[in-house]
Amino acid sequence: MTLLDQPAGPSASVWPPNAHGPRRDPAPLLPDPEPFRLLDTPAADKLDPELLRDLYRRLVLGRRYNQQATTLTKQGRLAVYPASTGQEACQVAAALVLREDDWLFPSYRDTLAVVSRGVRPVEALTLLRGNAHHGWDPKAHRTAPLSTPLATQAPHAVGLAHAARLRGDDVVALALVGDGGTSEGDFHEALNFAGVLGAPVVFLVQNNGYAISVPLSKQSAAPTLAHKAVGYGISGRLVDGNDAAAMHTVLTEAVEHARSGRGPVLVEAVTYRLEAHTNADDATRYRTPDEVDAWQERDPLAVLERHLRAHDLIDDAGVAAAAEAAEELAAEMRAEFHSEPELDPLSLFTHVYAEPTPQLREQADLLAAELAAEADAR
Amino acid sequence: MSTATAPAAASGATTSLTMAQALNTALRDAMREDPTVLVMGEDVGTLGGVFRITDGLAAEFGADRCLDTPLAEAGILGSAVGMAMYGLRPVVELQFDAFAYPAFEQLLSHVAKMRNRTAGRLPLPITIRIPYGGGIGGVEHHSDSSEAYYAHTPGLHVLTPATVADGYGMLRAAIASDDPVVFLEPKRLYWSKDEITPGPVEPIGRAVVRRQGTSATLLTYGPSLPVCLEAAEVARAEGWDLAVVDLRSLTPFDDETVTAAVRATGRAVVVHEATGFGGPGAEIAARVTERCFHHLAAPVLRVTGFDIPYPPPMLERHHLPGVDRILDAVARLQWEQ
Ligand SMILES: Cc1ncc(C[n+]2csc(CCOP(=O)(O)OP(=O)(O)O)c2C)c(N)n1
Ligand SMILES: [Mg+2]
Repeated sequence: MTLLDQPAGPSASVWPPNAHGPRRDPAPLLPDPEPFRLLDTPAADKLDPELLRDLYRRLVLGRRYNQQATTLTKQGRLAVYPASTGQEACQVAAALVLREDDWLFPSYRDTLAVVSRGVRPVEALTLLRGNAHHGWDPKAHRTAPLSTPLATQAPHAVGLAHAARLRGDDVVALALVGDGGTSEGDFHEALNFAGVLGAPVVFLVQNNGYAISVPLSKQSAAPTLAHKAVGYGISGRLVDGNDAAAMHTVLTEAVEHARSGRGPVLVEAVTYRLEAHTNADDATRYRTPDEVDAWQERDPLAVLERHLRAHDLIDDAGVAAAAEAAEELAAEMRAEFHSEPELDPLSLFTHVYAEPTPQLREQADLLAAELAAEADAR
Repeated sequence: MSTATAPAAASGATTSLTMAQALNTALRDAMREDPTVLVMGEDVGTLGGVFRITDGLAAEFGADRCLDTPLAEAGILGSAVGMAMYGLRPVVELQFDAFAYPAFEQLLSHVAKMRNRTAGRLPLPITIRIPYGGGIGGVEHHSDSSEAYYAHTPGLHVLTPATVADGYGMLRAAIASDDPVVFLEPKRLYWSKDEITPGPVEPIGRAVVRRQGTSATLLTYGPSLPVCLEAAEVARAEGWDLAVVDLRSLTPFDDETVTAAVRATGRAVVVHEATGFGGPGAEIAARVTERCFHHLAAPVLRVTGFDIPYPPPMLERHHLPGVDRILDAVARLQWEQ
């Protein structure tokens, strides 16, 4: 028998004395045993039909956005694109539940959430186009730059949410992280900080089953990723990430929970990456076509459309209108990416510091001379 | 440990302070002047920091502006990034040189790059204070000189004061900077004392000549400045009149002052505690050679820590650049041509 196996005797409750802080009841923090669903359940009858139609239009737009961005990689207009095909319900809902003055902290896969926040595709995709590291004005859109180092954006969201509260603003920050990202130290530190500070922040983990090729089974032994919340004293929610209505409901509640001062929330959305990790990846090396087919059945767009049709909430004209809006977005993307971006090599030196150092001025002069020589040679 | 709370030094009045008290005064003055300045780190609140640099700040400004954080350096710096994005000016204390390493990814991938990657839209005015260097008898992981890592990272300013007055002035300048500053505090100089007049803040990035001389120029910073000044005193007896330059700022680097100081003597030795290979001295020697080649009577030499992990306390004196090793280097500057 080891120490751990010993039955808790009466002494167990007296020692250690209660000097090390409060012991909290974990029960209210625990996620549901199964992912929360709404569509195709009786509870769906109470949903606002206009919300469902709005979600549908946005998912159609999102799917078309993913397709067009993928096409742009094939045409060499984007250097790389990590598609969120199959995860549109997560990303659209994440943007939709936030107020304009709330902040979003996306990762490289979350440009659809960024576009859903009102950023133009050509700005949302700047990093992936390769002409600059970043496109939009973060302060104007209350949306942080895409974060590529996994989970490093999570502590930023905590700090921003905490700062907002210190300044008396009821602003919420929402950080997007992948299932693989939950293994990173920064994810742990962010959740721990959030719990201790009681910061108004929501962490949305899009569990799409894989971190490039590595399945979740090799990533974590936790019962679910949502259970990780409990160790930090924050609430965990498990939700079907391919059910747009469930995503919208759970995230709305999570944001309200955080905004009202009841503390942070960790939401795990169970979803699937229908495409490869990026256009440069070969997903057949680590998953079977059968697996992908099974998830196609749970395609968030198909699930929502089936529901709308079964309940007579949309007709062919509604479907056609959504498709038309999506084609307009795709045409806008093609037009914006058709022209070559303007590049200014000397801009490399302008934003390293507020004022270039003497050394950077010298190096800028060197490059300027090279450019002048190049121009002369032409 | 004695307290660092300064005897209520009103700005402008001359007072006798330790470096620790000067740093404490700088933090207090900055927090009084600007309500967006906040201090955060491990043990900075109730305790006042393990070196007492934040002593009394929680009492004056409250726990929210002098925040005791969980033990998580990436979390500390990462949340400071979010705070700075929302308009605050965090001053982060990382408890010891070697315990700053967990924050490296945040520092390199976000703090140093955010202004650049957002084309100036998200500057991060964060000051990262790190007690560094040896000579205090610290056990393993308490004596690293990690400045080369930071100086090698574009987007960071790297400052290190060597005098009590600079402890105050340079920390004020760091906090006022709209760019992130790694502020390296030579921990063995925390208890050095001087009469200073806390006052207006100089811009970042200028070296100063601490001692004029004609024979050779010692280029140094931080904890090695007093050693170099002592070496210069001893050298007088041997007939050498050494100039001593206190670099103060590794980034930006003051080529102008350094170049002039080396050309004036034609001989130079760089002195620092950090290990030599790939250390700041290598960069400085290269810059000096590039700019002063025809003025030099001898190769630029370096006196640095050995290329070893920082030694145990009972052996550290053999590792640290001392007066004798500096003078031996000066002796090797090809005097008998
Ligand atoms: C700190 C860090 N390590 C490794 C990588 C390389 N990398 C990029 S994406 C990725 C997989 C991430 O998986 P997950 O968090 O599940 O997000 P997903 O790509 O599935 O959206 C890896 C390993 C990285 N970007 N950052
Ligand atoms: Mg994943």
